[in-house]
Amino acid sequence: MSEIDKNQEIIICRDVHKWFDSFYVLKGINLTVQKGEVIVIFGPSGSGKSTFIRCINRLEEHQKGQIIVDGVELTNDVRNIETIREEVGMVFQQFNLFPHLTVLQNIALAPLWVRRVSKNQANESAMQLLKRVGIPEQANKYPGQLSGGQQQRVAIARALAMQPKIMLFDEPTSALDPEMIKEVLDVMIQLAKSGMTMLVVTHEMGFARAVANRMFFFDEGQIVESGTPSEIFQSPKEDRTKLFLSQILSH
Amino acid sequence: MTTIEMQPPRLTVGPFAWLRKNLFSTWYNTALTLAALWLLYALLRPALQWTLTEARWGVIEANLTLFMIGQYPRDQSWRIWLAIYMLGGMIGLSWGVWREAARGFAFIALGAGLGFALISLLLNLDTWINWLIADAVLLVFYASGLILQRRGTTIAALGWLLYFPLVFLLIAGMRFIPWLPPVATGLWGGLLLTLMLAIVGNIGALPLGILLALGRRSKLPILRYFSIGYIELIRGVPLVTILFMANLLVPLFLPVDIRPPDAVIRAMIGFILFEAAYQAENVRGGLQSINRGQYEAAQALGLSGALTMTFIILPQALRAVIPALFNSFISLFKDTSLGAIIGLFELLRIGRAVLAQSDWLGTHREVFLFIFIVYWGFNMAFTYGSRRLEEALGVGKR
Repeated sequence: MSEIDKNQEIIICRDVHKWFDSFYVLKGINLTVQKGEVIVIFGPSGSGKSTFIRCINRLEEHQKGQIIVDGVELTNDVRNIETIREEVGMVFQQFNLFPHLTVLQNIALAPLWVRRVSKNQANESAMQLLKRVGIPEQANKYPGQLSGGQQQRVAIARALAMQPKIMLFDEPTSALDPEMIKEVLDVMIQLAKSGMTMLVVTHEMGFARAVANRMFFFDEGQIVESGTPSEIFQSPKEDRTKLFLSQILSH
Repeated sequence: MTTIEMQPPRLTVGPFAWLRKNLFSTWYNTALTLAALWLLYALLRPALQWTLTEARWGVIEANLTLFMIGQYPRDQSWRIWLAIYMLGGMIGLSWGVWREAARGFAFIALGAGLGFALISLLLNLDTWINWLIADAVLLVFYASGLILQRRGTTIAALGWLLYFPLVFLLIAGMRFIPWLPPVATGLWGGLLLTLMLAIVGNIGALPLGILLALGRRSKLPILRYFSIGYIELIRGVPLVTILFMANLLVPLFLPVDIRPPDAVIRAMIGFILFEAAYQAENVRGGLQSINRGQYEAAQALGLSGALTMTFIILPQALRAVIPALFNSFISLFKDTSLGAIIGLFELLRIGRAVLAQSDWLGTHREVFLFIFIVYWGFNMAFTYGSRRLEEALGVGKR
């Protein structure tokens, strides 16, 4: 496993609260991530885990508390938000590729227009990323012509193209057919081993066991339990954690 | 396990089998078929007889130029030919560069060129050569488009962007260019004016419509309420009233020292203002069809709002509503006939003017049938081209 810099706190969340109208989703989340750490967040649906990682690049706004990403506090200042979003890549459950652009264009678009690199350079880096996720031969196809697993790998490449310091994964394998989950997880494992800071919302416990440094169990908008994978799997302290793990690991 | 190779069962049948199955399967089916045939014959025979023997088509032949360009100076008609050649060139170039997307329009243009050349020959007009030149220009530009390949896309896009303003200048003329003297819009007429009204109306309306659609979805209340107010106001009144208003009010809104624009320009402004409201609603429909995930993915990549709109949302939204946009185009093309009411000599009004000629009294049927065919032919051609475009643009979307 890669080096973790214990002295560099890249994400700091202090007492984060969020409501959707009157619905209380996040009830005081405290969580600090070191540079290079791989964090797995799991929990029942509706527990606020997706909402939480979406707060980190401000796709959702928190209403109370503090989120500091790479030294910049997330406030309503638009410039701060755009800076953060350039540093934080995100992979969605539904891929959200741009269907009207080719695979290569999907990946090269943001470097081209946000980072302002040259077109040749953007395309070249995009090709390299496609090789890294194992599908360089699909470069000129449209997303609709790819399988789900391939699409999700393109989505990972697209996020990586901005050379982010942090990658957020929001249930990246939940929408995939079973035979395609592995190809996506392999890419993610490889990424984790390269030293990327990752926050992954997932129920793929194999992935957690293989690369996670710490795991957080969310339930009803709170962190119920956290620890290393071995602590969580072998000696969960809370009853809710035990129950949930038994439900997802029973078969 | 061996793989089983099996052909699908053959369902194709010959024309006779089809006839027997669908038209003559039972005795009453046969009776109905025969009755329908007789009815068709009875209805069509007088129509055909009139068309071929009684109709005085000379009224069209004698006034063909009038129908096409109205009072546009005959010695300046080369400008219109030049505009047609340029159109041929642009269509050819687009065909070479964008292939399938522009192929429908290219086929239509080629066919129209050949057809018009043939008609010109039959009518003993020397314009057949012009139509063949247009087709030749189209083919030459098609070839150059093929050679340019993807590099040509920018040229073609720029070309289209410049084409319409250039043609407008060409046809309107400029005081400062000696070989391009101004032609007062009052002299524009016939199909030329109809097309100019439709094209200017639509091209002016689309950007305005996009802005209004974005405004209507804006978070800023002033922008939103202005857009809603504008759209609902315009959609709430008939086009004719807007044309009258444009005619009367545009001069009032301008400063005193500026000469008010003439009737054609005023009508164009009216058409643009009218069409913008409808295009805005079309575009809004497209915007609403875009999944929220597309915005989120773009935001997560650090794209600003403007970049997200330009590269992600609008291309998809506009593509989704191409049928609606073309539908509005066709609508406006036909609605230009309302220009007749405010005194513009567009196709329909030219028809009425022709009917007033003492030589051709009583040729209403011929004239209106001709106008009918011109409108219908244009719209069919346009529909065909746009449908091919839609099919080609569907690439990659399932």
